[in-house]
Amino acid sequence: MRTTKTSYKVRQFCVFAGPAALLFSLTVILPFIYGLYLTFTSWDGISRQKPFVGLANYAATFQDADFWVPITRTLVYSALAVILVNVVAFILAYLVTSGVRGQNFFRVGFFIPNLIGGIVLGYIWKFVFNRAFVAVGNAITGQTLPSLLSTPTGAMFCLIFVSVWQYAGYMMLIYVAGFMSVGEDVKEASMIDGCSPSQAMWRIIVPLMRSSFVQCIFLSITRCFMAYDVNLSLTKGEPFNSTVMAAMHVYNTAFTYKQYGTGQAEAFVLFVICAIVGMVQVYVGKKGEVEA
Amino acid sequence: MNDSAKALRKKKIRNAFMFIVLLVLFFCFVAPFLLVIINVFKTKGDITSNPLALVGKHGFTLKNFPEAMKKMDFWRVFMNSVIITVSATILTVLTSSMNAYVIVRNKWIACTVLFAMMIASMVIPFQVLMVPLVSVYGGIFGLLNHRLTLILLHVGFSVSMASFMFHGAIRTNIPLELEEAAYIDGCTNWGTFWKIVFPLLKPTIATVAIIDAMAFWNDYLLPSLVLQKKDLYTIPIATQAFYGTYSTDIGLVMAALLLAMLPILVLYLFLQRYIVKGVTSGAVKG
Repeated sequence: MRTTKTSYKVRQFCVFAGPAALLFSLTVILPFIYGLYLTFTSWDGISRQKPFVGLANYAATFQDADFWVPITRTLVYSALAVILVNVVAFILAYLVTSGVRGQNFFRVGFFIPNLIGGIVLGYIWKFVFNRAFVAVGNAITGQTLPSLLSTPTGAMFCLIFVSVWQYAGYMMLIYVAGFMSVGEDVKEASMIDGCSPSQAMWRIIVPLMRSSFVQCIFLSITRCFMAYDVNLSLTKGEPFNSTVMAAMHVYNTAFTYKQYGTGQAEAFVLFVICAIVGMVQVYVGKKGEVEA
Repeated sequence: MNDSAKALRKKKIRNAFMFIVLLVLFFCFVAPFLLVIINVFKTKGDITSNPLALVGKHGFTLKNFPEAMKKMDFWRVFMNSVIITVSATILTVLTSSMNAYVIVRNKWIACTVLFAMMIASMVIPFQVLMVPLVSVYGGIFGLLNHRLTLILLHVGFSVSMASFMFHGAIRTNIPLELEEAAYIDGCTNWGTFWKIVFPLLKPTIATVAIIDAMAFWNDYLLPSLVLQKKDLYTIPIATQAFYGTYSTDIGLVMAALLLAMLPILVLYLFLQRYIVKGVTSGAVKG
């Protein structure tokens, strides 16, 4: 009896979960384990031997300033971009749920940047920054101005600006759903109790939308932290490597400089940072969640 | 009476103000696209001398399009993107809905372990997997430069998130009684899933399909690692390669950028209601 039941379960599992489990293991689990092994070797990507070097790659990663500079830069960029994305998205969501005419039209419009891939968006903005903004600047000042993308600070500003423009529409949709989930009766009750509109917003609506905030902040952190394609097409890490982000740095170490072991160790450090940031964020977010 | 008229007027002014703010913001959001559109019909010289003018000194030209299309090999690239996106999306929906079903209904330890691993894997950044993927599948097995490899990798990466969403939908929306009734009527497990459960999952299927199709269509890094042969390029890789070669020929670049975004913009025009709904419900559940 027991054996037939188990074999039934096994068959069920293989038929239904088999394809997904197989593909998942082949793309995520096995490469993850093999990748962990690669971090202990000094493989160059070509030779058959993968010399075992123990923790040398991790030691090198931790001592390498060239690794921590992009990591710190990514953290600063992500912090600024995440705050701005969420502020802009929240304001947009507020505006498009306030009962103004054409709300749906605006919602659809603000979402457009998310439809188009990062590579294309980066090149479009490169054109805007290098040509259109320069043309406007020249017309106003009467001088020949350099592009914002040609200075390190300017290029970072551009990167943050484009990220905010790209993600705000997506996060807006989540905040819109959050606004809708706060019932009219709650708002009315607060009005009857004498809340001003701003009090109702900060004391009633925002706390009830906590899960939307948790979600948007989580999504924007992961996206900003792993930013690669806009980074590649908009600045390519230039000028003078001043805009190389973590993801691009790992790519370059592994594929451009052919240091697969080191690149892989860097990727694992990145993974640990990601996991910590993600867990802290979810933990803090869940802690005070209001049960609606 | 006077008071309510005043309040009404105040509300009207407030709404008009908000409408104007929204219009300005909307313009800021679409301005880059408009700039591409106005410049695509200009000659190279006109774009350089005045990128903001609606019409260039040398007038209106359509020449940029056919040339960019030819140099980008647009139809082939477009078809590659379509084949990869469509098949990967279908496979993701099928495999992950089946997977989620067995995980919800079968309380076996293997199911729990698989599901836990899938949830945990969501924090793994792609950068951790990219070197092993390229070195194992490319170096050892020589599987790079096949569309099928990319399709299966896309599915493998998205199956955990999709299973998570289907898991939630099946647990909360599909009543067990319905399935029991089907069993009593002589339906097998397999039959019950396809005839009863799968059709009931339509809203979640739409959500998963929309989110994943957008991700597959726009992905750059993974396809660029897997597909290195020119014949197999997808739209993002082709755009990147095109810019690398013709960055000085700005008219052609404009045309290529417009070509790269046109298909999805056209699709959005027709399906925007579903896309917005899909993205919203996906985000709220995930």
